[in-house]
Amino acid sequence: MSRISTFGRGGVHPQDGKSLSKDKAIEYLPLPGELYLSMSQHLGAPATPLKKKGDRVERGELVGEASSFISANVHSPVSGVVSDVRQIRLATGQNATCLVIKVDEDQGEDPFKKEYPYKDMTGEEILALIKDMGVVGMGGATFPTSVKLQIPTGKKVDNLIINGVECEPYITSDYRSMLERADGILEGIMILAKTVNPEKISIGVEMNKMDAVAHLEKKISEKGYPIEVVALKMKYPQGDEKQLIKAVANREVPSGKLPIDIGAVVANISTCYAVYEAVVFHKPLIERVVTVSGDGINDPKNIIAPIGTKSSDLFAFSGGLKDTAVKMIAGGPMMGFAYSSEDTPTVKGTGGITVLTFQDELLSAFPCVSCGKCVEHCPMGLQPNKMFRNIKWGNYEEAMALGLMDCKECGCCAYSCPSHLPLVQGFKMGKKLGRKKK
Amino acid sequence: MKIVSSSPHIHDSLRTDRAMLFVVIALLPSAIWGVYAFGMRALLVLVVSVLSSLLTEYILERIGGKFTLKDFSAAVTGLLIGMNMPPMVPLYIPVIASVFAMLVVKWTFGGLGANWMNPALAGRVFVFFSFSSQMSSFSLPRALSADLVTSATPLSQIKTMITSGVGGISNSEMLSSVTYPVSEMAGNLSSSLGIPGYTIDAFVGNIGGCIGEVSSLLLLVGGLFLIFKKIITWHIPVTYLASFAILSWIFGGVPRGLGLFSGEVLYPLFTGGLFLGAFFMATDWVTTPTTKKGEIIFGIGCGFFTFLIRYFGSLPEGVSLAILLMNILTPTIDRFVRPKKFGYVKEVKA
Repeated sequence: MSRISTFGRGGVHPQDGKSLSKDKAIEYLPLPGELYLSMSQHLGAPATPLKKKGDRVERGELVGEASSFISANVHSPVSGVVSDVRQIRLATGQNATCLVIKVDEDQGEDPFKKEYPYKDMTGEEILALIKDMGVVGMGGATFPTSVKLQIPTGKKVDNLIINGVECEPYITSDYRSMLERADGILEGIMILAKTVNPEKISIGVEMNKMDAVAHLEKKISEKGYPIEVVALKMKYPQGDEKQLIKAVANREVPSGKLPIDIGAVVANISTCYAVYEAVVFHKPLIERVVTVSGDGINDPKNIIAPIGTKSSDLFAFSGGLKDTAVKMIAGGPMMGFAYSSEDTPTVKGTGGITVLTFQDELLSAFPCVSCGKCVEHCPMGLQPNKMFRNIKWGNYEEAMALGLMDCKECGCCAYSCPSHLPLVQGFKMGKKLGRKKK
Repeated sequence: MKIVSSSPHIHDSLRTDRAMLFVVIALLPSAIWGVYAFGMRALLVLVVSVLSSLLTEYILERIGGKFTLKDFSAAVTGLLIGMNMPPMVPLYIPVIASVFAMLVVKWTFGGLGANWMNPALAGRVFVFFSFSSQMSSFSLPRALSADLVTSATPLSQIKTMITSGVGGISNSEMLSSVTYPVSEMAGNLSSSLGIPGYTIDAFVGNIGGCIGEVSSLLLLVGGLFLIFKKIITWHIPVTYLASFAILSWIFGGVPRGLGLFSGEVLYPLFTGGLFLGAFFMATDWVTTPTTKKGEIIFGIGCGFFTFLIRYFGSLPEGVSLAILLMNILTPTIDRFVRPKKFGYVKEVKA
């Protein structure tokens, strides 16, 4: 049986929401028609685009070159034609130079089937390969992996800790990967171990994923790897590397210092798989598992999607958005970025897209206390409190009878609401659903 | 870090939890006066009331996995219950009132915002009818008696006299006939202001009664603070007090054998917890109408029922019952009194 642990002070226990997608096996996304491939996939300087409008690109071809020490290469996930190079807003809100790639309908043979030997390679050679293949930390921070693995002289790695915590609610991409891609992940871990020579290797997994713990332990004992799986009591933010190191190795990263200063290196599960593909198949990081979930998604899924896939393509493959969907988030609901356009592309750190509903928004407010401020301030003479209550209960006809269609969403009601109820969101949704019912 | 959510993206600074906290602050002057007037025993009653309300709310909401003490509504209810208790009340009574308020009136209907009666008032009325004698046993305040002797409230003494057939004389004459004390300060002011000393004492708070209801002056200060902070509006307190005053003036003399338009106004206004009711209980957001027109109807209704119960009922005071009655009518008022919708004017023929 594995060791059980957790970190000390603080932390919260949000509803994990993972049941929506945890039993959905990973599927490949049907080839989208167009990708928005950002040159800012990673922490650090954007890559320099090597292609211009009209150029052909091949699957796996280097199209953006790392522009400084902390930067990463970007490769084309598909064969196609660069139809434009322009600024596109990412989910984080920043604008980034993107290659707009029109995807060829016929992608031809998969060029990444051939295995390359690596047993005789040195640590430096492996690091160079990881760097060439554009691998970055896929837990969300997207720090270039090759930079992280360059251990400063004089420092020694006591603990290589693999992050299988996935503590963000809803997201299950790492969980499904641990179940379905354990062989590759474990080989990736051993490749990482070759580069940093750790005393000890551990994988931290939260206890809502005990089947993944069991599966990894079985595979580890089959292969005889020196890896320990640590089951962690559920607590957010255990997937933060500082909390994870505390939980697994009981060490605290001093303020302002890095994990390596206390002899720890942390890598995410998906990063290990990317390292495995990079080193064994010389396959760049051009696709990843993305969980598309949340109560606003009709058919939540775990999807292998090319980097740069637009949300609209992911949603279409996941049964589309429900009418009650009100917020799209790149990542999970605790730390993800809400964004407004369904054309927003994924990047290397996008492990999930969460779509929240009106009901989720309601949970963040105080209850209606019937203070009457919305009625007092409504310039249309409506009763927002009553309309909202009816929408909450699904009585759209009644809400419309109260004058819902006269509402112009000016926001006076929600502005003055002391309970911060999402009144305008409710009315927008109610109008859409009310019209539909008519 | 940026977030995307529906407009509006800014909010008024008044939030539900802050509003509740302001209500607590507004109640404090009167509560502190109660502790000053009735001694540390009153403080004990207040503390027990607040703690038992908080604890009940905490336990109940834990069942649903929620933590709601941070919205301060339970603190407001507990404080109001305490302020509605006689100073010498046995301590289990405020505990029972708190549990009844939080469990039966508030929690069973769905917690904050879903209760259709003011929890504090319902709790008070519940224990009033369950423990009538303990709830009707009052002590005199510091200014009237050095050793906190027990005495009925002036209103119930007047009521007793009227029901036993005493008539034709004013409140002051009735009270002095039973030698109800007057404070030194009120006695001195009385002649220079031309107002009976009993009325001055009632306004300031030198009068027997519940811990937090005696000082109309400090309750007025707290109420004005809430209006200034835009937590309540003038509509309910003003219509409540005005309708009660007018009805008292017109018909108040009738039960004691005087004609119409001969009732006293000020003394009835300053007694019987009317200011506490008008500014703090009848203005509860949850259990009062949401339109201004509805609030005016509500206020007048409270005034009418308070008047009816006091002058023609068997109880000396009627504030709690009057407000509870109007709480019950609130959904009906909200159903029929609606704001005038924009864009629905009848077309005028040219």
